[in-house]
Parts: sequence; structure tokens; C-alpha cells
Amino acid sequence: MLDVLILGAGVTGCSIARELSRYDLNVLVVDKHSDVCEGTSKANSGIVHAGYDAKPGTLKAKLNVEGNSLIKELSEELDFPFRENGSLVLCFDEKDRDVINKLYDQGVTNGVKGLQIIEKDRIKELEPNVTDDAVCALYAPSAGVVCPFLLTIAMAENASVNGVNFSLKTECDLIEKTESGYRVRTNKGTFETKTVVNAAGVSSDVFHNMVSDKKIKIIPRKGEYLLMDRTVGGTVSHTIFQLPTKLGKGVLVTQTVHGNLLVGPNANDIEDGEEVSTTADGLSEVAAKAALSIPGLPGRQTITSFAGVRAHEENGDFILGECEDAPGFYDAAGIESPGLTCAPAIGVMLACMIADKLNADLKNDFINTRKGIPNPKEMTREEYEALIKENPLYANVICRCETITEGEIVDSIRRPLGASTLDGVKRRTRAGMGRCQAGFCSPKVAEILAREMGTDIGDIRKNDPGSEILKGYIKEDL
Amino acid sequence: MNKRKLVIIGGGPAGLAAAMGAREAGVSDILILERDDRLGGILNQCIHNGFGLHTFKEELTGPEYASRFIDRVKEAGIEYRTGAMVTGLKPGDNGTVTVTVMGRRFGLEDITAGAVILAMGCRERSRGALNIPGYRPAGIYTAGTAQRFVNIEGRMPGKDVIILGSGDIGLIMARRMTLEGAKVHLVAELNPYSGGLKRNIAQCLNDFDIPLMLSHTVVDIKGRKRIESVTIAEVDEKSKPIPGSEKEYPCDTLLLSCGLIPENELTGMLGASINPVTGGPVVSESLMTDIQGVFACGNVLHVHDLVDYVSEEAAQAGKNAAAYLNGALRAEGKKHTLIAKNGVRYTVPASIDPGNMEDKQIVRFRVGKNYRGATVKVTCGDEVLSSVKRPVMAPGEMEQVILKKEVLTKLPEGADITFEIVE
Repeated sequence: MLDVLILGAGVTGCSIARELSRYDLNVLVVDKHSDVCEGTSKANSGIVHAGYDAKPGTLKAKLNVEGNSLIKELSEELDFPFRENGSLVLCFDEKDRDVINKLYDQGVTNGVKGLQIIEKDRIKELEPNVTDDAVCALYAPSAGVVCPFLLTIAMAENASVNGVNFSLKTECDLIEKTESGYRVRTNKGTFETKTVVNAAGVSSDVFHNMVSDKKIKIIPRKGEYLLMDRTVGGTVSHTIFQLPTKLGKGVLVTQTVHGNLLVGPNANDIEDGEEVSTTADGLSEVAAKAALSIPGLPGRQTITSFAGVRAHEENGDFILGECEDAPGFYDAAGIESPGLTCAPAIGVMLACMIADKLNADLKNDFINTRKGIPNPKEMTREEYEALIKENPLYANVICRCETITEGEIVDSIRRPLGASTLDGVKRRTRAGMGRCQAGFCSPKVAEILAREMGTDIGDIRKNDPGSEILKGYIKEDL
Repeated sequence: MNKRKLVIIGGGPAGLAAAMGAREAGVSDILILERDDRLGGILNQCIHNGFGLHTFKEELTGPEYASRFIDRVKEAGIEYRTGAMVTGLKPGDNGTVTVTVMGRRFGLEDITAGAVILAMGCRERSRGALNIPGYRPAGIYTAGTAQRFVNIEGRMPGKDVIILGSGDIGLIMARRMTLEGAKVHLVAELNPYSGGLKRNIAQCLNDFDIPLMLSHTVVDIKGRKRIESVTIAEVDEKSKPIPGSEKEYPCDTLLLSCGLIPENELTGMLGASINPVTGGPVVSESLMTDIQGVFACGNVLHVHDLVDYVSEEAAQAGKNAAAYLNGALRAEGKKHTLIAKNGVRYTVPASIDPGNMEDKQIVRFRVGKNYRGATVKVTCGDEVLSSVKRPVMAPGEMEQVILKKEVLTKLPEGADITFEIVE
């Protein structure tokens, strides 16, 4: 009998798992994908919001400000990339100054520190490439950028080291109430558990509605992005938002934590939560809207585009906590922006509720830190030379665009909850993330994966089963 | 610190020929740095023939062509390191260049070079850079990546193939995939002309009845895990898809052959000027970049059609680097700037100092569209230096004009020389 079964190994599920791993509890995370961080958590803006957006009094407002400061601490504890770059919300029209003032007041009420309204001259000082049309801006120095993959993976690895089990490629199709809790049926067997956490992203309404009569509806809301080369990452240093105008909700332009330029998202409600295709119209819309903030947007430097799906709940706030008519079933549903920022705070909140419910004790052997894959780019020359001496694979460059070595790739495969796919290696190391988009390194990474996993290169996948990169041998059909 | 007279970055066809050129011109201390585990570069996976017709007057495969140069380099006792990735280049003291290189056999090392030849080659334009909308499943490869899987690993990247782009590697792979047992349904090309060589269209597509759809492009990709289909549409003169012309083609593989991009990240670290048209550094008649002692040749300079031309250009770069190391290249002379206009997209070199040129100077360039019976005209002020009528010119075929020293030395010092197409 499990104490807690968590549905979903995205940033929310992994955060709850990591916080629960402080307690003496038997926790299992299940996810239908073959790796953690395969849904909404992998395709978003990677922004740590300051917390002025949400209406005061909402869960979003409270958890955003908490999450913002928690992520900063966590980035030290769990060793993932985070940078407090600050954000600007641009106002293009004097008539909209009221909206900026309102946003400022809202931020102050929510407890956001350091907010300022700045004028044109100051905007241009901070961001010379911003349009001359910006009349003023809300400046939030506490906003930041984070690597959404490594945030999620770091929490998952730390949870795993602290005893949480992960069952991947595990798809749930039925949840039933039992006397002592719930019975969760999956393709990998049926689990009996005292409590369930529903952190299933765009599918969270399906699971909630299996146990509750108070139905919820999650609307998948697709957003498309353009990612540009690191050589133009310096186009902006802050995250640049736009005030919503009559042209609709604006898109953001930001330098990512790894130094690329990221532009997006637009917003389109869709039926199918896995419809993550980009469209020509969508990508042009994103580029056109971003150009309102940054007129000289270097669109030719685009290295890839992608789409992600937010789990938008009809009423617009998060659904967090024990389901009213299903005791022991905890929702973490409707987690859309600022969900990534809030995730650490959601983890703390849900873990406390569940630990209370189960009368769980804190462990005394909880390990609160995790070391990431050694990153030569953050080392001094002496440190790097020492690392190479210890393991010469750290001198063998596999991904030439991002300068990722065999040592880093092997570590990403061997560590807890290690990578088993090309995408898994990519998200953990950035191999294949650069300007050639894995053209040169994918055969080499596939070879390393096959060698490390003791399998054939023909079994290596991009991500989930069915995404094998090769199809048989030459001449076999002749 | 390790000191070298000449460091050559890249052990592919350009680097190998440059090394031989420098050695024959008397440079004894040469080091070739190659990131792969063997010399030869991309030729190692080009197992088709057609290489060497100009250089050796016979048809060789890629590995055969490479091995002729590798053998020469080895016989000449030129030092090389494989598994050696150059990660940094910066100007050092007294006109030297500091080369940072790493590899599992020797770790991390700085080398001071008296001169450097850049010969890093190019990479293929990716799906992301082409901004093709749709899903992002497995089964989408650049033609070169697929070529490696097939020719080096003996594996098929897929069996129902659509190819976007008619660059030479795409054409070669259309034939290769067919010969290895795949069905290649079609090649779609955005432009109204092919970017590949005429002989490749004949030998790789026509001979296998593979249709080439000009003015067509991929507008959607379906399939969540593995690619299941692409949607292809016709495009108008502005390369915009024409609504209503879309047609969906089932496939399990999409190969991309949509252009090559010189790999000049290291060049950028040095601060050398890059020509936005070629993506390669701006070079003088000596193939020297605007950083003293740093030369460039082969596909890192501008993308070539034939390796024979790469070898020729690279040998010249090696010879020029030798002259530089001997103090025989003058830096202060007046240069003629070469202006590319009216259909000529760029020229390599970008400038000529007659004091540094040999009796003849090859100027290579590409045109922007197909021409029939047009004339390549080279002028300096009112004086026509060359005017040659060509039966056919196409963007896929590199053109060249040879300028004579005796002509250039008579021109006003530093006067612009203009290259253009007259129809």
C-alpha cells in the first residue's frame, strides 16, 4: 500500500514529490511519458515571474510571490540554472498608464519587492533595443529566468535520492475509491494508495472527474515560441512583456537562462492537450507581436520553434488541495502561468496538507542538496583541467554548437532517473540544443546512449516509444 | 606553452590541401587539428563517386579522394591530431594567435600559432532555421545526418522518404536511399531552380524517376512520435505558399537539403569580419581574413560545389600562409575592393592587392538566378577588364573569372573593380 501516488512527473508533480520526500512516506510518481518533464513543463517561457500579474487574494498571487523566492533558494540547493534578470512591462500609449499604475499597486498588494514605474529614458538605458514607442514600463527587478527542464529534473532527482519511486511510461485509466484510499489502474499494474495527487497538467480534469462529482474542465491553451541563436541573446537582458492592448495579449521577449533569445507565446484554445504543433500563422503572429517591443528582432537567427500547452482552468485560478467530495484525493490542477514559478510553493503547500492528513513524520536523513552535471563552462581553467585529468571524457566534445562533452552526456545517462532518449540527454546537458539542432551530434549521442544502456542504436528513441530514430538496416528490403 | 608556426583547424579536404600547400612552400612546423576521430572530414561519408575529375583526372569516391591527401600529409610527416576540438581562438602577442584545443587524449591545451588557417567546413541548415511549422517528431534529418547513418552505420533513417531542398547532398541521398531499399517519393524545392549540380539532377533523380517539384515547399509536418506525413504546397514568386495548392504525402522520413552554412563561430571569436551573403569571412587575394595571419579556405570561406575547387583554393591558402610567415606578404599595399552587383551575389576574394597576387588571380562567385546567354562583365571605372558570355549560369554552380596581374598593375591604385551580369 502506497501512502501517496502522484499522477504526473512535470514540474508540479516533481515539486510535490520532492517536498513529500522530507517525510517518512511511501511515494510513487507515475507518468505516461518515458521521462520526467515531457508535458507543459518542457515547453514554456522559463520565466520566474515577480508576482504582480495575479489578482490579490488568489492562489496564483500568493504562490507566485512565495515561489519566486523559493526558486532562488532552490537553485542553490539543487544546482540548476537561474538568473534574476528582472522584467519590464512596456506601455506603448499614455492612455494606458493607468493600467501600469494598477499593475504596480497590485504587485505591492501581492508583496512584490522593488517594483518601480520607469520612464522612457530609463527604459532605453536598461534596454537600448526596445521600441521608441514605449512611454513607460513597470520594472520588476525580482523577476528571473530559469531552465524549466533542469528545475523539474533537479527536483525529481532529489526526490528519487530521498526514496520516491518513479514509474514512467505508466498511463492511468481508472481511479476508484476504496475503503482505505484509492485504487489506481495503469498499464503497469494496479496500485493501492492512501492518497492521490493529481498533477496531470492538461489531463488533470480527466482524473479529477473520475473521483469527484464537482466536475472541472481544463482547456488546453496552446502557445507557440521562436527560439533564436545565442549570438543574438543579448538583444535584451531583461524579460520584456507588453501591456495587453487592443491588439490582444502581447508576447514576451527574453534572454533565456542559457543565453538564447526566446519570443512568444501566442494563445489559442485547442481541443486536444497533446496537439503541440506549430503553425505558420501562429509563428508569424508571435514574430509580429514581439516586433512591437523589439523592432529589430533578429528573426533570421531562429534556430527552432515549438509549441506548449497550458492547462487553463475555466475559472482562471489554480485548483489546489483536497477534493471536497473525495477525501485523500488532492488536486494540483489548472496550473498555468505562473505555474512554473509557483511550483516550489505548490510543492510545500500540498506536501504539508498530505503529511498532516497521514500524520507523517519528517525524516532525519533527508538530503536537501543535489549536484548537477559538472558544467565546464562554469569552471575555472584549473578546475576544468582537474576534471579532465580525473575523467578525460570531459575533453571529448560531442555537441560542437553548445560545446557539450562525452563526460556530461555519460553523467546525464548514469545519474538517478537518468536520460534514456535523445531528448532526455538534450534537456539534461543541452547537447543538440544549439544552432545545428543536433545534426552533427545526434548519431554520436545515440551511440553513447546505446553503449551506456547496453542496447542497440536501433532501439534509441527521440522520446516516447514509437519515436525510434532509425528504421532497420540498409539493403534489407531489396 | 606549445608554439607552432602554422596551425590548421580542420582535417577535411580544405585542411589537408592547405597543409600540403604550406609544406610545399617550405613551412616545416605545421599542426592539423581535426575534431573527428579520423582525417578526411565529410568526404568519409560521401561514398559515391564523382570526386577528383579536375584534380586527378579520374573519378574517385569521397574516401578515396580524401585518402590521396591523407597519404600525402602522412608521407610529408605533417603532424596532426584527431579528436581535437578547437574551442577558442584569440589574438595573442606579436601577431600570433592563441588556439585553445581539447581532446580526450591530451586534455585542454593552448597553442600559440604564428599563423592559422581556418578550414572548419560548414553545417546544414536545420528544420528549426527553416521554420517549418508542424509537429516535432522523430524522422526529420538533414541529408548529411542521414548520409552518416546510412553510409557509416549501415542503418536506415527511414524507408518512405520525402526530401525538401535540392542541394547536392539531398540529390545524392535521394539516389542512395533508393539504392539501399527506401522509396523516395519526391524532392520539393522552394526555388524555381535547383540548388544542386545539373549532373546530380540527371544521375540521382531522373535516372531513378524521382520527381523534382520546383517552387514547392513543406508547410506542415504531422506525426507525434515518428513523422507520418508532410503537406507540400506550391509557392508564388515571393516564395509564399499558394492557398489551395496543399497536398499531404504520407512518409516516415523527411530529409532536408536546404543550404549549407559556413561554421564560423571560431572566426567570430577572433573578431574577423563576416560576409553576410556567404556566411564566411571577408578575405583578401591571399585568402587572409582581416585578422593578420589568419587565413580561410574551403567551405568555411564560402560553400563550394566540388571538392576539387576546395583543394585548389586551400593549397593556395597554405602557400599564402607560408609567404606570410616568411614576411613576403605586404600588409600596407593599396587594395582594389571587389564590388558584386547586378546578379553577382558576392566575390571571393573581396579585395586584391596586386603587390601580393600571383600572375593570375581566380575570383569565385555565385549568381542570384538562372541566366541564359548572359555576360559576366568585370570593370574598373570605364575600363572593361573582362567580358565573357556564358551559355548558362545558375545559382547552384559556382562561377569564376581569372584576373591577370599585368592588367591589374596598370589600374589606378585602390580603384574599385566591379563584377556584374549583363543580360
